[in-house]
Amino acid sequence: MTSPSAEATTAETFDHALPTDSDSAATSQAVITAEIQEIEAGYRASGVVELQPRLDYPPYRSTILRHPTKDLRHADPETIELWAPCFGHRDVHAIEADLTIQRGGEPIGERMVVTGRVLDGEGRPVRGQLVEIWQANAGGRYLHKRDQHPSPIDPNFTGVGRCLTRPDGSYRFTTIKPGPYPWKNHRNAWRPAHIHFSLFGTEFTQRMITQMYFPGDPLFLLDPILQTVVDAHARDRLVARYDHDVSQHEWNTGYRWDIVLTGRRRTPMDEEDAA
Amino acid sequence: MSPGLPPTPGQTVGPFFGYALPYDRDSELVPPGHPRAVRLYGRVTDGAGQPVPDALLELWQLDEAGSVVQQEGSLRRDGWTFTGWGRASTDDTGSYTFTTLKPGAEPSKAAFFAITVFARGLPDRLFTRAYLPQDAALLDADPLLSSLPEPERATLMSQSDEGGFRFDIVLQGEGETVFLRYRGH
Repeated sequence: MTSPSAEATTAETFDHALPTDSDSAATSQAVITAEIQEIEAGYRASGVVELQPRLDYPPYRSTILRHPTKDLRHADPETIELWAPCFGHRDVHAIEADLTIQRGGEPIGERMVVTGRVLDGEGRPVRGQLVEIWQANAGGRYLHKRDQHPSPIDPNFTGVGRCLTRPDGSYRFTTIKPGPYPWKNHRNAWRPAHIHFSLFGTEFTQRMITQMYFPGDPLFLLDPILQTVVDAHARDRLVARYDHDVSQHEWNTGYRWDIVLTGRRRTPMDEEDAA
Repeated sequence: MSPGLPPTPGQTVGPFFGYALPYDRDSELVPPGHPRAVRLYGRVTDGAGQPVPDALLELWQLDEAGSVVQQEGSLRRDGWTFTGWGRASTDDTGSYTFTTLKPGAEPSKAAFFAITVFARGLPDRLFTRAYLPQDAALLDADPLLSSLPEPERATLMSQSDEGGFRFDIVLQGEGETVFLRYRGH
């Protein structure tokens, strides 16, 4: 068996380093942190509020060659963009919301429930819509062939879940708390523990993929991916809160995280007209 | 009505979605053998002109008659139901392919494919449109296309060939694709 470091250095696509800059994986956390802080200071001084991540965020090295350099163009949504794809019980089985029972045995780690509501910008619930999640296992390892992190795969955990939101917009997953894991943006880079969420609204324009984090993680300020969101209040919206009412006696801990999609333009009256 | 709520920010799809988001026949809105199947395909490249092998594209479109489809079944294709939605991963050459039907349009509107782009290194998704080659008058009357200077407008035009429509996506640099910000974003 090859040594962990040898595996890691040969993992081509796990290497987040900029391909044209072979030194970037040698950059220290101190350098990355200084870049992060400089950008945040500039943001604060600007007085402009930014609610979404920056596409051009050099501390996250992979953005350097992948961010569009031109401003996004304003477009008024056409009909197709005012509607979202429709998913239903043909697409998603109820069992897919429990990531702890997919493999016939108990996965290792802290069993937890993550629940919350998916809302539009007016606070209206997004009903019957698809939510997809994926995550690392308790040891910080993804069940992905390109993940070379030398931490064990859990044969009882895939880390993939789906559900449909209920009439009140709520979703609920039973899973295992993911571990933090190393990546190759810079030397000794660690991602804070997170769960990836994929969300649809009632309109195409609300489509979003994001990540949910856990409260109080010491890695937050060191992580150039979370910090692509330069506004501290906006970053807070990516952090779940511990909710003891979601925890269950001798069974699981509980976290609550509500997700707000960008506003919607189609009104309920339009929906009735179309129905 | 409550005052507007601040949105939850997006985050990158990261490198490890490959075992989670793709699924069987995800990019086949119709089976390849369908008599009217067309191919929407192309390459995704970065600012160095290199292929992006870890991008995920989603397609959302009108049906052939120009109507919005509200049918479930995109995740479990039955081979008969056209849902109007699909998902395609890029391969090691940055290439993607959807098998679909030619989208119609509303009267006096230009037909296009609505596309969402996700990738490692993209902190948020990108939206764009791949317009079909069609009557110049329809294209000229399109509010988005008519707002763009020619070099940028050209980035939103798919190219017709015998198999369907080619639409390359350039994330950065020369020929950079026009990406969209919808009102409310």
